[in-house]
Amino acid sequence: MAETLSADVAVVGGGPAGLAAAIAASAAGASTVLVDEGSRIGGQVWRHRDRASLPRTARELLERFDASAARHLSGASVVDARPGELVLVQGGDVIRLSARRIVIATGARELLLPFPGWTLPNVFGVGGLQALIKAGLDVRGRRIVIAGTGPLLLPVAATAVRHGAHVVLVAEQASRGALARFGLALLASPSGGKLVDAVRYRLAFRQAAFHTGTWIARAEGTDRVRQVTLASGRRTWHEPCDLVATACGLIPNGELGALLGCARAGAAIVVNERQETSVPGVFAAGECTGVGGEDLALVEGAVAGLVAGGRKPGRALMAGRRQLRRLAAAMTRAFAPRRELLARCEPGTIICRCEDVRCDALRGEWGSRQARLVTRAGMGACQGRVCGAALHALLGWDLPVVRPPVSPMSAAAYAELNAES
Amino acid sequence: MSRPLIMVRLNGADLRVEEGTSVAAALLNAGVAHFRSSPDGTPRGPVCGMGTCQECRVTIDGVPHQRSCMIECAAGMRVETGGLDG
Repeated sequence: MAETLSADVAVVGGGPAGLAAAIAASAAGASTVLVDEGSRIGGQVWRHRDRASLPRTARELLERFDASAARHLSGASVVDARPGELVLVQGGDVIRLSARRIVIATGARELLLPFPGWTLPNVFGVGGLQALIKAGLDVRGRRIVIAGTGPLLLPVAATAVRHGAHVVLVAEQASRGALARFGLALLASPSGGKLVDAVRYRLAFRQAAFHTGTWIARAEGTDRVRQVTLASGRRTWHEPCDLVATACGLIPNGELGALLGCARAGAAIVVNERQETSVPGVFAAGECTGVGGEDLALVEGAVAGLVAGGRKPGRALMAGRRQLRRLAAAMTRAFAPRRELLARCEPGTIICRCEDVRCDALRGEWGSRQARLVTRAGMGACQGRVCGAALHALLGWDLPVVRPPVSPMSAAAYAELNAES
Repeated sequence: MSRPLIMVRLNGADLRVEEGTSVAAALLNAGVAHFRSSPDGTPRGPVCGMGTCQECRVTIDGVPHQRSCMIECAAGMRVETGGLDG
């Protein structure tokens, strides 16, 4: 028998947006439950083993959350949802959480675009490498190539060096001009201080080369990656390495919004100024509404929590939100993946990692549904989270349809759930 | 900074890990790169580090398909790698 819980506001996701939302909703007097998949709260950007290692903003917010009346369900995944109710699995148990208002704060994941050798062990995402280091991966003396796009590259390189890694090089796919334009937009925004952070990070990995307009063309090795081929349009060269961190920026985790019937633009959940989605009672905040960074996520989370808790957000909060949204748009423009990144696959390159569907088994005119029927692409354990986003970027296919369970669950728990409903 | 050490069992052998380490990080630190095999038999290991890609699945305390990046090591935990995807 499933456990049942109820609250005025249920927040899904324990990163900056979710924390800010839960604190605001709770302060507004709403009974609030925050559901998070991680064993510790903080989401991806504030993943930690010790709170002492976190930046001050994060520590303060976590303390405010602890001091609030909001309840925290850790290690809990949402498997099904409808407006007014979430179905969760926590440690094998099914929990039905009814809440008149739901705030989706599920963040973003990395856009992993296929290239020859990308399935080799020790090829990670960029945020993936950072998450693993924060979870205790020992990188001392390991040769690491970091390649991708956007502001995440710098702190990840700095983290790796601080933990004793030998960062061979950092490759940003965007051009130098695009970086300069984004730098100016940043300077004119409320997040201008991030430029100082960027300089500090660059100094931290100053022994490594930083290339712009450069990307990984292929990775090679048998049992694990041994070297990568880098390309800049003008030249290609090999770099031997032990670990690779590579991604093409971030994409919103909009699946829960899709399941609840919310309108989306691409992967992002569409929201208005009050963070309301197209479905009454369902709000969304932070990167799941479009990638915009931590500052915007904090503001959007606070707005969503206030409105969900029945309060009106202040004018300063709304003005900050507008400015940071403009900066987010500038960031998206500056770090859009170049077309060379979309043209790296060879006939034998695996596209769907779960089902081992290779490039030459797919036809451009199919779309995700037909690809699923013919080849099982997108039908594996990740439920198309990786290849669905890649095929959306590579071929313009629709994102895969979202069906419950949205997180993998045991057949026993699934049977229990269906026996009740 | 050193943390207390705990013992886990990796494929039947004792492994000493720092408390608070994820299972994925502990395996990589022990030199394991091949966590599981894809349907075609190719080796796979962690990628996203945050529970999305499902590539880092291992068997933990007899339960298959556990995402090793999302679970912290616990004293006495039994971890088996190299599972074939069904």
